[in-house]
Amino acid sequence: MGKTTTSAAISAGLAKRGLKTVVIDFDVGLRNLDLIMGCERRVVFDFINVIQGDAKLKQALIRDKRLDNLWVLPTSQTRDKDALSREGVEKVLDELKKEFDYIVCDSPAGIEKGAQLAMYFADEAIVVTNPEVSSVRDSDRVLGLLNSRTRRAEQSGQEPVKAHALLTRYDTGRVARGEMMTVEDVLEILAIPLLGVIPESPAVLRASNVGTPIVLDEPSKAGAAYEDAVARLVGEQVEIRIEPNERPGFFQRLFKRTA
Amino acid sequence: MSIFGFQFRPKKAATAQTAKERLQILLAHERADTAAQDIMPLLQRDILEVIRRHMRIDGDAVDIRMERDDDRSSLEINIELPGARALSAQVRR
Ligand SMILES: Nc1ncnc2c1ncn2[C@@H]1O[C@H](COP(=O)(O)OP(=O)(O)OP(=O)(O)O)[C@@H](O)[C@H]1O
Ligand SMILES: [Mg+2]
Repeated sequence: MGKTTTSAAISAGLAKRGLKTVVIDFDVGLRNLDLIMGCERRVVFDFINVIQGDAKLKQALIRDKRLDNLWVLPTSQTRDKDALSREGVEKVLDELKKEFDYIVCDSPAGIEKGAQLAMYFADEAIVVTNPEVSSVRDSDRVLGLLNSRTRRAEQSGQEPVKAHALLTRYDTGRVARGEMMTVEDVLEILAIPLLGVIPESPAVLRASNVGTPIVLDEPSKAGAAYEDAVARLVGEQVEIRIEPNERPGFFQRLFKRTA
Repeated sequence: MSIFGFQFRPKKAATAQTAKERLQILLAHERADTAAQDIMPLLQRDILEVIRRHMRIDGDAVDIRMERDDDRSSLEINIELPGARALSAQVRR
């Protein structure tokens, strides 16, 4: 859980740094990225229209109203995964590559066609994991696919896809009580480098309510953690900070107790 | 909660209402025209066709933008017309 939140945050974070970035929704039929990015009312054409030749790519790209460098390619709400083809995806990505510094692909859940296409052409992958057994297991399967079912894996002489782990919804309280695995536990199992640790935070819900990527919303621990992750993604050395969760303010707690 | 003359919960925290309104607008449109997504390519094709009856333009020259709102939506169609030089070249031909 947290892939779409992360795609929105990372792409906005990259654009904020002046990198021209596009974020693509690969979750055909269940599109949500447009809502998280706050451009849902401006969707005219989508990724599928472009793949099927019904619209030009530049007609389907929606420019973010806050950041000049940020663009969204929404997906279709009415079609299904079969509307995506590997050749179609490749063509769109090749065209985008000419213009953009970063192409962020928001993968659907699971390991089916949609997820496989989202990862197939990747150079790097951010594996979003929660510190829970089922999530870590799923991430391990995704890592397996990254190492076998991608263009980089299939073509000889290519470096493998560079995978990073991003741990999100991390709850320091529950970790301290031994209810949740620690960062070290998860990394030991997945054995890939850590891109960041995002705390469980009410700011994420707030940002999704208003349709603003978390790094563009009011300052929050989760937003700051995403900004750090973006810095690491572009190659800066930033120490991992594991922030305690954001708790309701003192007065709010007081009132909850006395109410 | 203003017994002390100020509010403990600042107004800006109430984003749930924004979420509800955004969804209401979006879903009203989605329910009303489930096929709207598929109408757009047709609309674009027709617009191009009409214009092409009168002048030569490129398929790339049409840009359609939309903004949905609760009481009305706007559809903005931008058509890049050929410049004077291109036009006169066409006329001469
Ligand atoms: N750091 C966080 N703190 C609190 N809630 C979070 C955090 N990250 C994500 N969430 C919540 O988790 C839910 C799922 O997030 P999101 O939509 O990003 O996941 P997803 O992986 O894209 O899901 P899907 O597989 O359905 O596409 C949302 O309600 C979101 O608000
Ligand atoms: Mg998602």
